[in-house]
Amino acid sequence: MSARVKWRRFVSNFMLTLTGLCALVSVSVLFLILGYLVFNGGTSINWAFFTQLPKPVGEAGGGMANAIVGSAKLLMAASLLGVPIGFLGGIYLAEFSGSAVASVVRYAADLLNGVPSIVIGIFAYSMVVLPFKHFSTLAGAFALGLMMIPITLRSTEEFLNGVPRYLREGAMALGASKWKTIASVVVPAAYRGILTAILLALARVAGETAPLLFTAFGNRFWSQGWEQPTASLPVMIFTYAVSPYEDWHRQAWAAGLVLLGLILIINILARTILSRGIAVPRS
Amino acid sequence: MATSGTTLPNAGPVTGSRSFLSRLRDGDEIARLITMVFAATVVLITLLLVYELWSNSALARTKFGLHFFVTQVWDPVIDQYGALPFMYGTLVTSALALLIAVPLGIGAAIFLAELAPPRTSDTLQFFIDLLAAVPSVIYGLLGVFIIVPLMRTVIFPGLNKPLGFLPFFKGPSYGVGFLTAGIVLAIMVIPYIISVSREVLLSVPRDQREAALALGSTRWESTWKVVVPFAKTGILGSIFLALARALGETMAVTMVIGNTPTISASLFSPGDSIASVIANQFTEATGDLYLQALVELGLVLFLMTFILNGLARLLIVVTTQRGSGVPV
Repeated sequence: MSARVKWRRFVSNFMLTLTGLCALVSVSVLFLILGYLVFNGGTSINWAFFTQLPKPVGEAGGGMANAIVGSAKLLMAASLLGVPIGFLGGIYLAEFSGSAVASVVRYAADLLNGVPSIVIGIFAYSMVVLPFKHFSTLAGAFALGLMMIPITLRSTEEFLNGVPRYLREGAMALGASKWKTIASVVVPAAYRGILTAILLALARVAGETAPLLFTAFGNRFWSQGWEQPTASLPVMIFTYAVSPYEDWHRQAWAAGLVLLGLILIINILARTILSRGIAVPRS
Repeated sequence: MATSGTTLPNAGPVTGSRSFLSRLRDGDEIARLITMVFAATVVLITLLLVYELWSNSALARTKFGLHFFVTQVWDPVIDQYGALPFMYGTLVTSALALLIAVPLGIGAAIFLAELAPPRTSDTLQFFIDLLAAVPSVIYGLLGVFIIVPLMRTVIFPGLNKPLGFLPFFKGPSYGVGFLTAGIVLAIMVIPYIISVSREVLLSVPRDQREAALALGSTRWESTWKVVVPFAKTGILGSIFLALARALGETMAVTMVIGNTPTISASLFSPGDSIASVIANQFTEATGDLYLQALVELGLVLFLMTFILNGLARLLIVVTTQRGSGVPV
């Protein structure tokens, strides 16, 4: 074997090992993040964390009950806005529209999907906060709901298009009208994929912080209603992490662990159990 | 049309398509209208977003014009606003992020697409997908408590001692700054580069590889000189996508960049970015001009990501369709 061939073999093996190393480094970041969160936040998670309000500055203890409830409220209201628009719009794209209209809607959705979350925050501020004249849970939910629309829309369309033609034809041959075919045959055939995508969309907005900063704002106490500002886990993590207090740092780690744990669990469940045998589209 | 005799054989008159009334009775027309309203909402919201950004920054746009982009002063007290330091910060941190993330991401994508057995590749891709789901505030949290101290105690002394004569590595270092933000951003965008590049690489036809191997090239040569060039447009698309993410990224950057509007060649200097100045000052912006200047920054950010995303999508579609005809 000539020296030249040996050298080429060596280069090949060397570079391929290097790519393996790249993959290893990239994937290990996930476990580093998890490890740090468990190590730093695990000890601070206790019953009080889930049931108590934040204590005043300087007083140790307290929890984030209001932020947990706030996040749940925000996500619920966001789904009420984002899921119907995305789902029904997706049905229109897949089943009713001509290609010209569809491409306009698709383009708008892709554009919306690429808008930085902080800009969505500005939009929600001018649409909801300004007219109501103060920060509110609704404004935060509006911002998060907007972010759910494009993901839900595109994946609904994709999964409906994936339903085989013969199912539609079968239903229509039996005399079903078009909407009846969609409602009782096409959508049920695609529901697992759609549900997976909605869950993934929910998991994505659950960690969004930037659009909440000047919409839902923050609150050290229980939120008094939908028109009042509310605390949320991501914003709480941000304020606590950049604060100068040791005890707040501890709680920020704990909140980070809870939030990431929740998001990863939703992701894993949606991707493995619900979508068994379905290709999950990547956002 | 699709609504011809197949559904109701005896429904149509001469034309063969059902009358409007019969479709109305079946509910088809109603269903179509209702879903159309929701689809139209999406377009409406997008238009409204652009309009709001445009009209709510009118005051700042007319007052400062193009000077907005070339002045450094950002002073609410004298009501003067210039975006230069923020644009500089956004561009520098994003460039640093790409410098780190592109080689790592493409290397990992090559491993996943070319070398790893399918099952291993899928498992690793699963972890990469999870990584992409980690919210940015969590990256910020780790940035503040892990990377910032690391910068101050290890990386800054390590680079400043041998290379301190270069303007890029001048001190002092507070831990926060351009490089810290760049590193955190890099970690955040790597999953996007890997996912898209892997997809693009996998769409390269098998015969391309086989032809190269048959001609006697090594595994690496076939990958680097045949497969990667074939997929390079799509890989470029993944980089644009990552850049768009990096430009608009807010929380992680805000937490580690230092939030001081400075233009400095030193990568250890604290700075500020478009997204982070909006995040920090929007709630405390008093006065119309102040608020509108911030909205104009938002508009700038929107336009930058809009252009990059469009280009990225175009590049990815072009490559994957040339490869296998399967769109991403």
